[in-house]
Parts: sequence; structure tokens; C-alpha cells
Amino acid sequence: MRIAGKGLTQGAKSVNFTFNGQHLMGLEGDTLASALLANDHHLVARSFKYHRPRGILTAGSEEPNALVTLGTGAAQDPNIRATTQELYEGLEARSQNCWPSVEHDILSVNNLAAPFFGAGFYYKTFMWPAAFWEKLYEPMIRRAAGLGALSGEADTDAYEKAFAFCDLLVVGSGPAGLMAALTAGRAGADVMMLEEDSRMGGRLLVEREEINGKPAALWLAEALAELQAMGNVRLMSRTAVTGAYDQGTYGALERVSHHLPRNHSLKGSHRPRECFWRIAAKHCVLAAGAIERPVAFRNNDRPGVMMAGAVRAYLNRWGVAPGERITLFANNDDAHRTARDLAAAGVHLAAVIDSRHDAPDSDLFPVLKGAQVCNTSGGKRLESITVRSVRGEEKIQTDCLAMSGGWNPSVHLTCHLNGRPTWRRDLLGFVPQPDAVPGLRAAGACNGTFSTQGALCEGAAAAAEVLEALGLQRHGAPLPQADDAPYRIAPLWTVPGKGRAWLDFQNDVTVKDVTQAAAENFRSVEHMKRYTTQGMATDQGKNSNVAALAVLADVTGRSIPETGSTTFRPPFVPVAIGAMGAGAADQGFKPQRFVTSQDVAEERGASQLEVGLWYRAAYFPKQGETSWRQSCDREVMYVRKAVGVCDVSTLGKIDIQGADAAKLLDFVYCNTFSTLKQGRVRYGLMLREDGFVMDDGTTARLGQNHYVMTTTTAAAGQVMAHLEFILQVLRPEWDVRATSVTEHWAQFAVAGPKSRELLNALLDQPIDSEGWPFMACGEVSVLGVKGRLFRISFSGEEAYELALPACYGDSLFRSLLSRAEGLGGGAYGMEALNVLRIEKGFITHAEINGTVTAQDLGMAGMLSKKKTFIGQAMAARPGLVDPDRVQMVGLKPIGAVKELSAGAHLFNPEDPVERIYDQGYVTSAGFSPLMGHTIALGFLKQGANRIGDEIRLVDHMRGLDTLCEVVEPVFFDPEGERTRG
Amino acid sequence: MRLSCPLCGDRDRREFYYKGAALRRPAPDADLDVWHEHVNLRQNPAGPLAELWYHEMGCGSWLTVTRNTVTHEIMEVALASTSGLGGPA
Repeated sequence: MRIAGKGLTQGAKSVNFTFNGQHLMGLEGDTLASALLANDHHLVARSFKYHRPRGILTAGSEEPNALVTLGTGAAQDPNIRATTQELYEGLEARSQNCWPSVEHDILSVNNLAAPFFGAGFYYKTFMWPAAFWEKLYEPMIRRAAGLGALSGEADTDAYEKAFAFCDLLVVGSGPAGLMAALTAGRAGADVMMLEEDSRMGGRLLVEREEINGKPAALWLAEALAELQAMGNVRLMSRTAVTGAYDQGTYGALERVSHHLPRNHSLKGSHRPRECFWRIAAKHCVLAAGAIERPVAFRNNDRPGVMMAGAVRAYLNRWGVAPGERITLFANNDDAHRTARDLAAAGVHLAAVIDSRHDAPDSDLFPVLKGAQVCNTSGGKRLESITVRSVRGEEKIQTDCLAMSGGWNPSVHLTCHLNGRPTWRRDLLGFVPQPDAVPGLRAAGACNGTFSTQGALCEGAAAAAEVLEALGLQRHGAPLPQADDAPYRIAPLWTVPGKGRAWLDFQNDVTVKDVTQAAAENFRSVEHMKRYTTQGMATDQGKNSNVAALAVLADVTGRSIPETGSTTFRPPFVPVAIGAMGAGAADQGFKPQRFVTSQDVAEERGASQLEVGLWYRAAYFPKQGETSWRQSCDREVMYVRKAVGVCDVSTLGKIDIQGADAAKLLDFVYCNTFSTLKQGRVRYGLMLREDGFVMDDGTTARLGQNHYVMTTTTAAAGQVMAHLEFILQVLRPEWDVRATSVTEHWAQFAVAGPKSRELLNALLDQPIDSEGWPFMACGEVSVLGVKGRLFRISFSGEEAYELALPACYGDSLFRSLLSRAEGLGGGAYGMEALNVLRIEKGFITHAEINGTVTAQDLGMAGMLSKKKTFIGQAMAARPGLVDPDRVQMVGLKPIGAVKELSAGAHLFNPEDPVERIYDQGYVTSAGFSPLMGHTIALGFLKQGANRIGDEIRLVDHMRGLDTLCEVVEPVFFDPEGERTRG
Repeated sequence: MRLSCPLCGDRDRREFYYKGAALRRPAPDADLDVWHEHVNLRQNPAGPLAELWYHEMGCGSWLTVTRNTVTHEIMEVALASTSGLGGPA
């Protein structure tokens, strides 16, 4: 019910919205919660476990009950707190966790079965038979219990991430935060003040009080105007600080467009839904305020039972009285403000029930001292409460009960780096430990200082300390004067009696559950939490943690500080995964790298293969070909019979220059490069420091002090970091530098008997076999463009790799292809490249799998004894030179042509197929059109000595079981005559 | 978490790659036990630890960072090239 002449929404435009399909009207500046209350709508949700009717409990982000779903389809947003959702024209909200409706929820039968649903009932009830868990129990529980549902569709909303830096981060814009920002801002510090609400001001927006003799709202407006006028102060509303991290890093969630209709656009472009900020702050003043806690009494969860501070907020900020006949139940003086404000607004106050015998009196309303509310009644809305006092029990008719068990300082952020809060007996609350987060100072209510005057004072003092640390001069403005009433409170956690008294509204955890957990010896607070689920889900127990702890302390006969608190972890408020991962959705998660021949590959309908982040052509289909194998076989024969062209630009290319370049290569490779002649290329093998093979590739010596190293595509980044490690950490005194030039060059393999013929049609200066023998390299030019030519071969044919600056890649590939096609050849892709190299027994990272040694690869001879190199010492370990180790072999099927597969394991034909008889495994397999059957490479125990043996290949995954002959790993042209041309 | 790169200044830890404890490389002819310890064994102390970090998304510097593994306090950051970790040639 809206009260005329009350609230900050006076005179605001009206806004249409719907709730569960019903058309309602609110005001601009309303939250969904205040608008629902203004429409006398109390039943908003059904509870998690018992499907009890629930209303609105709070007026902030701590709300456990009033969770609703907004939007439909991909834009469906579940678990939106009605208390923080701003109203906008056309907003459509609906209740969740109920069927068919929030009014008539079938699963409310759970409430009758409550005796079976106590703490730990999942663990006790759904034990047997085991098979029932997956098929029956879990789906049933998931359907019955829970919060809102996801749509299951991909999120179509945009999210953003941002970084910010400041001298002082102020968290919260209440009196403490404002004074901190004003004090630091006036001194010229770079200040950011973040407020999770849509408006700055904190409790000043919801309290009826004066500062410096004028209404708090007026003082607030002046303070904000002053801050806004400062160039060095940034004010951010709708932004909740979610976590404190090391070295003054803070996470914050800005709700950028939750308050706007979804199709709203700003200058034609859609705003992101949320923005996740990472803020590096030299100092922080935490002015996060406090959260009021409920009292646990029987049926305290009925719609209409609300927090006293929230009732005050709805009245003073939104001009809404949540009832016509309101009662108040409290154990502290602060809650009496609610009664005074209601009375002043002319709302009928039926009674104030205070558990203390020394509660303050009032002329405006009756105060029942030493009394407690012990029960409520009503269906979907509170109808009456039962009050117990020395006079006995009496029923009082009421439609709204404002309750307060005191205030919990919002210490959350101060605990994110493992700090533990300290118990204050006078406040009956936890306060932050100083310096729990380096550079963070708590001020005001979150520090246990509850009066407005105290908050103003602490905010200013905290900022003054920051200014001193920053070396800035403080301006001597006088401190504003405000209310300084003491905070008086007496312990009251639960009202004894029968029935269920709720502690955690969101997870349906009652006093009984905590008592039962303790009785079953879950006495540690962390165990109690997990056994009862108290403090989990979206509100993370913001209302309930301390009261649950007090109950646990009571039943275990310990004090609250002895019992301890659970660990507060980020985030303080729920953060959409989309916001945390902003920028990383879809391709942002895995950037794509394309070669310069990508366009040609696409034009020719080439199938793409992902190699790390790179996309490479797998094969280039021709018309009439129905399977990849046909294309692959044809491309292999191009290379064997005529000439093939393949993009090999993805291989890592590292330019190495300096007087000590040769030293570096000798150190990083196990074989020697200092002896390599200029204009020549050599194959190299590099080890990790533990003696296993890291990578292989060719390195060309272009000049006395100039080499260019190639790495495999997969290990390009790893090898570059490895070289940097050697240069900076191990051998910083060497005069040599290494730079990745992988993307500077477009490089194409031209392979096959007609490769030289093709090149000579393109090169400005033709080449011959004498001038360009196998493993030669040097500068060439193509139509005047300078490039590099390497006579190296990964196919066993006479082959070259031609490199031009990347900008010429596309046209070079086109020229090479058209000429190759004229010679009876053409493009070949990764599939053909793989077959060609298996035929020659050349290795890739299928073989260099992190567990193989040079000896395993048959390359033990490459381990130089004339120099020291990385991995040398560990490569000599007995286990790495054991003759019983596996060695690389070739495999071919025996008898009718059969399939071989990579990943298959090898067994002696007479042995059972069991792990302990394992003889090795297959790493690569492919169909060789030259041989007419499948061939494979693999590792076999003592393989080099077993050439000609029969071995059994078993692949359980693909259902293969076949006999093979062990052969030399080089299937084709073992003498390399074709390579040398 | 933030690290202060000697060349770039204060930077977010996402710019860095973490390698592990900063250890001096043994002599090439050192005993195999010494090499085994260097490659495989780590002290994992609760307290200050010299570590190697790589400013991968920044200047490409390898850094020796002294960090308290309990509090995450960064006590010192230096270019690894000045730390003498290469050992005897």
C-alpha cells in the first residue's frame, strides 16, 4: 500500500509490469519488491524444500526468499532478487519452484512430510538400492527441490569486462563511504566509490534523520553533487564489489542493463547485460554497512513477516507500508525506529514486542516488554501472531510483522584472504580483524559502528589514514553532526517452543536441523553447514549465518567465538558466469589462427583440421570423390609421381642471431649445430631437462651468426619460451637473441619428382641439384620478392620449402598450385602429409609424446658426447637407457589387408591380452596407396631386435584384433635416393 | 594478484606464466642424485619462496619473484638474468 506524501518516489512516472501474468502498476524508482508490496502482493515464491509460501523478507541483495525469473527462452534469467531488480516498463516476472502456480503448488505436500526431510535426509533416505539413485531419486529431488531453472539455450546476452585503477576504492556509499570519498576526493586522491544499489546513499536513503541540522536526503544530495563535480572521483552505482584478492585487487559486478527492457538500445548499440570489473586499488575503505538478522520462532517464514529495517526502507524510500496493521518484534533499540517511523506516517501499529524487560517506552504505540513472538498463523499471508509473556499467551491480529534480531556487520570482504572476524559481545556480532586484507580499512556499520555520527567519523578517519600513506594533504573541513544514539541489544536468537523455527529461509533450514546436526556429531560449524545446507545458494547465508552459529554454540555448550564462523568466499553477490568470462565466449575462448592459403583452401572446399589454434587444410576434394580417403590417396600420389604443394607456415620459426648463436643451438639441441656450414640445414632433436624428447625440427644457418630454427606446430610456443628461459635465466651472459617469426613468413612445401621443375618456372634465378643439394638453403627471389628456399623433405621425395613474406602468401600459393596442376600434381593437405611421413618413418608429436627418449626413437646416436646440452645428465639415467625400453618400429598387417589404428596396444601372439603382457602401442597409422595396405608406426619393447617378428595388435575401442609384422620404421626408399634426387 | 615487473611496472598476474621454484642448475657432470633432486624434488615451503615467473603477455622477461606462499605477499621481484641460476657451464 502506497502512503501519500512518503518516499523518494513521490511524483515519479507510473510503470506497467506483470507478475505471474497479472498486470500491475508501479513507479519509476521502484524495485520489483517495492512495487509488489505497493500492490499488496506478499506471496512471491515457494521455498526450496518444503514449498512453503514465501514473501519478501528484506530490501537488499541479501534477500533469501523473493527470487523470481525474468524473460523467456535464451534470455531467461532465473533467481533474480525482487529486492534488487529495478522496475521498468513492460517487465515480466514470474515465480519459480512451484507448479502449477505460486498460489496452488502441488509440491507443498512436502510441507506435510516435513518430519522426513530433516537435516541429512538425502544421505539417509535415498541410499538403497544403489541403482535407484541415478534413475529415480536424483531426478525426483532435482524436480522437487531447487531454485529457478536455466533455459538450456545458449546465452544470447552480451557481457563485458573492464579494468580500473585508483588510489582509494570506497565500497559502499552510506555515511561512512561518503565521508571517506569526500575526505580523499577533496585532497586530490584518485577515488572510486562503488555502490551496489541503483542510488548512492546507503541507509541515508531509508532513514528519517538529520545531518548538520538538515534532512539526511538533502545532505546526501549536496555531498553527491560535490563528489560529482570532482574530476578525480568516479562514482559507480549498480556495482557490487564481489571479492578482495591479493595485492589490492578487487572484483566488482556492474549490472549495466538489468534495469532496462532487454531490447533497449543506446545509440543503436546494445548495452552489455553485466560488466565484470577488476580493480587495482592502492587502498580500500570498506563501508559495506550491516545486514539485519531474523529471530527464529515458530512459523517465522510466513509472507508478511519481514525485517524491521526493510519495513522502514519500504516506508521511507518507496512510500510503501507493507501492511495495514503492523507489529514489531525485536531485541534492540534500533528496531524501534521502524515503529516510530510507521507511527509518524500514520500507519497503524498494533504492538511492539520487545524481548527485553528494559526496552524503551513510547507514547505512540504500546510496548510489550519481556515478551516474545512464539508463533504465527495465516495461509499465504500473515493473519496473526501469538505473543508469550509473563501474562501467558495472547493472539494479536496483524498482517505484517517487522522483526529484528540485531545487525551483522558486513565483514565478508575482510575474510576473503582467509581473515577471521572477531566476536564483539556488546554488539552480539562479528567485526573485521584490522589488516585482514592488506590496504583495506573497515569503517562504519561493517566495522561495528552503527550510529550515523560514528559512521561519518570513521569514514573520514579511514580516508585520513589513506591520505597520509599516499602523502596527500588533508583539508580541514569540519565533520558533519548527526544522530549518535547508542546501539543497545540483548541476546535473542531463538524463541523456544514446538514446531519449526526458520534460520535459513533460502535452504529451509530450521533450528531443529542445526540441533539434529549437532546431535549426530556434526559439531564443527563447517560440518553443520554442509550437513544442513545452511548458508548455501544465492544468498550464502547473509541473514542466517550468525544465528545458526549461535544455535550450534548453544546446543554444543560452547561460546560463539569458540564455535567460530564459516569461511566467507567470493563472490559477495551472485555473478553470471557470462560476466566473469566476458570476451571469452565462442571464438573468444579459443582464437582461430589462419594461414595465408586459407582463402584458396575455402574456395576449393578443403576440409579443415584444427592443429592447436591453427586451422589447416586436411584434404582438397575433387569432383566425383566420395570419401576423404580418395582425396588423400590422390594427393599422396601427386607427391610420389609428380609434385604436390602444401602450406607448412604453421611450423614454428625462430630467428636466432648473435655472436653466441651457435652456442645456444649446441646447448638446446642434443646434436651439434656449431659445425653446420652456412647455407646448410640440419635436423635437430631437443630434450627437456629430464632427458625426454621435447621437440624436433630443422635449423638453417643463414649466416655466420644467423640461424633460423623450425619447431613443430604444436610445440612452437613451448620452444620459444624454452629458448627465452635459457637466454635469460641459464645463460644471460651469451650474446644472442631469439625472436619468433612464425607469422612473418608464408612457407610452402613443394615436394615430388617435378618439384624443381615447378620452382624453376617461378624463381627469378633457376636452381639445379648441384648448386642446391639436399639440405641446402639460401636466399631466392620470386618476381623480385626476396624469399628463402630450403631443400628439406618431410615426404622422402626431392622437396623444397619456399618462404616469402606473409603478405605474398595467398598469391604465391595460387601460382604454385596452378603450375603444379600443369605438371600433373596439385595441392595436398594434412592427411596426405601424414601418410607421406609415415611411409618414411618421420616422427611428429604423435611419437614425441613426452615419454619417449632419443633411444626409443632410434636416435641415440644424436646425443653428442663432445659438448654439454639440456637434458644430457638426465638422459643418462639407467631407466632411460634400459635396453628393455620400447623402440620405434613399423607395422604392417599380415594376410588380407586389415585396418591398423593409432592407440592400439601390442601383445605377443601367445600371451593373453592383459595389461601386464603389454608389449607396446601404436602411435600413427594410415593407408599407403603406394603399398596398397595400411601401415603404422609404434613403440615396441626391444623393437629394434624384433624386426620380422609377428605381433598381435588389439584396439578395444575400435574392435580391432589383428596380427602384424614388425618392420623397419622406414617403409619406402630406405636409402633416401629419391630425397637426394 | 599483482606482480611488479622491473621493466613494465605493476601488472595483473594474468600477464604472467608461473614456472615454479627458482633453482640453480647443477653442473653438467654433477652426480645423478643432484640432478634428480634438481629436476624432481621440491621443498614446497609454507613461507617465503623464490620462484620463476615469465612475463609472457608483457615484455617477455623471466623474473625471480620472492613470494610468501602463505600470505601471497610479494617480497621481491628481479630479472632472472641477475639471479645466477645458470650454474657452472
